[in-house]
Amino acid sequence: MSELLIEIKDLECNIDNQKILQGLNLKINKGEVHAIMGPNGSGKSTLSSVLAGNDNYEVTNGSINFLGEEISEMSPEERSWKGMFLAFQYPVEIPGVSNINFLRTALNERNKYFGIDSIPAKDFLKMVAEKSELVGLNNKLKNRSVNEGFSGGEKKRNEIFQMAMLDPKLSILDETDSGLDIDALKIVANGVNKLKSSENATVVITHYQRLLDYIVPDFVHVLHEGKIIKSGDKSLALELEKKGYDWLKNDENI
Amino acid sequence: MSYTEKELKEELNNKSYEFGFVTDIESEKAPIGLNEDIIKLISSKKNEPQWMLAYRLEAFRVWQKMSEPNWAHVKYTKPDFQNISYYAAPKKKKELKSLDEVDPELLRTMEKLGISIEEQKKLSGVAVDFVMDSVSVATSFKEKLSELGIIFCSFSEAVNNHPDLVKKYMGTVVPHTDNYYSALNSAVFSDGSFCYIPKGVRCPMELSTYFRINESGTGQFERTLLIADESSYVSYLEGCTAPQRDENQLHAAVVELIALDKAEIKYSTVQNWYPGDAKGKGGVYNFVTKRGICGYRSKISWTQVETGSAVTWKYPSCILKGDHSIGEFYSVAVTNNFQQADTGTKMIHIGKNTKSTIISKGISAGKSQNSYRGLVKIGKGAKNSRNFSQCDSLLMTDQCGAHTFPYIECENPTATVEHEATTSKIGEDQLFYCMQRGISEEKAISLIVNGYAKEVLNKLPMEFAVEAQKLLEISLEGSVG
Ligand SMILES: Nc1ncnc2c1ncn2[C@@H]1O[C@H](COP(=O)(O)OP(=O)(O)O)[C@@H](O)[C@H]1O
Ligand SMILES: [Mg+2]
Repeated sequence: MSELLIEIKDLECNIDNQKILQGLNLKINKGEVHAIMGPNGSGKSTLSSVLAGNDNYEVTNGSINFLGEEISEMSPEERSWKGMFLAFQYPVEIPGVSNINFLRTALNERNKYFGIDSIPAKDFLKMVAEKSELVGLNNKLKNRSVNEGFSGGEKKRNEIFQMAMLDPKLSILDETDSGLDIDALKIVANGVNKLKSSENATVVITHYQRLLDYIVPDFVHVLHEGKIIKSGDKSLALELEKKGYDWLKNDENI
Repeated sequence: MSYTEKELKEELNNKSYEFGFVTDIESEKAPIGLNEDIIKLISSKKNEPQWMLAYRLEAFRVWQKMSEPNWAHVKYTKPDFQNISYYAAPKKKKELKSLDEVDPELLRTMEKLGISIEEQKKLSGVAVDFVMDSVSVATSFKEKLSELGIIFCSFSEAVNNHPDLVKKYMGTVVPHTDNYYSALNSAVFSDGSFCYIPKGVRCPMELSTYFRINESGTGQFERTLLIADESSYVSYLEGCTAPQRDENQLHAAVVELIALDKAEIKYSTVQNWYPGDAKGKGGVYNFVTKRGICGYRSKISWTQVETGSAVTWKYPSCILKGDHSIGEFYSVAVTNNFQQADTGTKMIHIGKNTKSTIISKGISAGKSQNSYRGLVKIGKGAKNSRNFSQCDSLLMTDQCGAHTFPYIECENPTATVEHEATTSKIGEDQLFYCMQRGISEEKAISLIVNGYAKEVLNKLPMEFAVEAQKLLEISLEGSVG
């Protein structure tokens, strides 16, 4: 029996008084993988930012129910503690803050929220070793400042490493495949697949169906002008690849 | 100056001491105002020898002819120097043999500051010399130090017990004629620390002094003299903080460091004087003259974390006189609300192959103004000298200001001088990234700021670094906008 993880209803949002999402609906159950595709500027990153709670976006209508709770007004950190994770399209650099210190702070903050003791250093380091292997993260990167001077591919891998460390309920991967060569893509996809369980779900935002060969989606949605205009199974991605988005834009029967 | 010691003697003989004391339960306080009588009072209160009084009076005469500098990028109401009491001493207590004998009130204050004595005692390597309102009330680890021939005591004690050293070195790095505030300090200095490390001795512990102002309206004029004899080493920690006060308090310290041939001095400061309230009312004026002189192959490092004071005017400097000597300046200066800081360093290269490094990290929040002012001077004889300066500014809001005033004077073509400067605003995207990972905004700010300041914080001794981090966190609470 599938259990509902998140339900987005009639979501509309603005940035700088410009309407970006215009009535978006999406339902995701535990254990599912959803792919969201769509042309540049269609609102994919906006959707992920709004779900993660970025305050720059003003939610003007609709609701987001996450694990039975309305979260539209919830702070980003609380959403994170409850299991929301966003692998950023453009991960930011934080000079002088080591990856390790960053993650330890993140985990401890979450523990604090749930009234759990901080994680002992030994257990933490063990976890770091395990999870970095999972995503093939270079050992040296762990002690370097967060994303500082990382190559594009290293940044993306680091996002998945963080995801592994935080073990979220809902992971949104915003164009995690862009900038990755095929080997790195396989490693990252492999990591994501290993983290998949019947308790969590993944949203894969991508331009290319290539990634979907490795992370196989249960559903594919096409986003256009802030709305999901078509949903289907994996074959929709293949069709899009062949025919382009214009095919959908022109199609009256979407 | 025409005033001679002979004249002074005469004057002293002809004048009776008619100083009225304001004595309440807590402290002995000089009447407000500044004149020769007050200076004589201070000197006599401290049982100073003639030569010390002569020095003070000479400085006072110089000071009277000077005017307060106004080139710094700070705006404030000039203190009324005649409306300040220049001397306050806690009630004379018997000599303290151990920290247990320290006034419990003082202990409580220390605890509030997060630098409890209990904690300090546990930190085995730290000797603590408390300066409470101008007069030292407790000194520890003295015996252990004296076994090595190290002298670590209050300035007043040194004047009486080690007059030769004081006479030989006092005023050699910061002459009383140097500037308005150093002249004032030379005239009225209350107390401070004195330290002498003998030849070849490596001081086995961090020497540490905590200062605080506890009398409302009492100016603080500490004087520190630190001499590292040939091939010796010392690391010195200075930390200060003041309880909340409604009126402006003046603080004008003088610190002189002397690193003789092949000696090394590390001088670290965490400064947290009361900065005034969120509306900009009150707060300490901090006008400090800190300077060190380096002999052959010697090294002086200044590391400072500045978070307090309403107005800061401070340029720890190095005179690189000896060939192959090294000067370093690592600074984090935080300003919030209406604070104003004009701080930086002077690196004066005189000897050959001298080297200096300047790392300055300014953090401005609220409506504050934060300026870096630095001079790198390469003298004619400073062949193959090198300087590297990096001045970064981090802005937390749109209303604050960061300014950089680098001055370079180079008289030797073989020298290399490099200057880098950056200004950045704390990124909303950085904050959101942290928050998405479950790190609250406050925590994220402190994480980002500490990361930004890390190069400097890393230079601090371990315990101090932790304290400094806490301080940055507290200073920037709710500061992003
Ligand atoms: N910070 C912003 N300010 C103004 N417009 C924005 C901002 N961020 C995104 N947009 C606009 O919102 C639309 C959707 O952008 P985005 O969500 O990044 O699309 P996608 O990720 O699908 O390429 C675009 O038209 C873009 O220009
Ligand atoms: Mg995007």
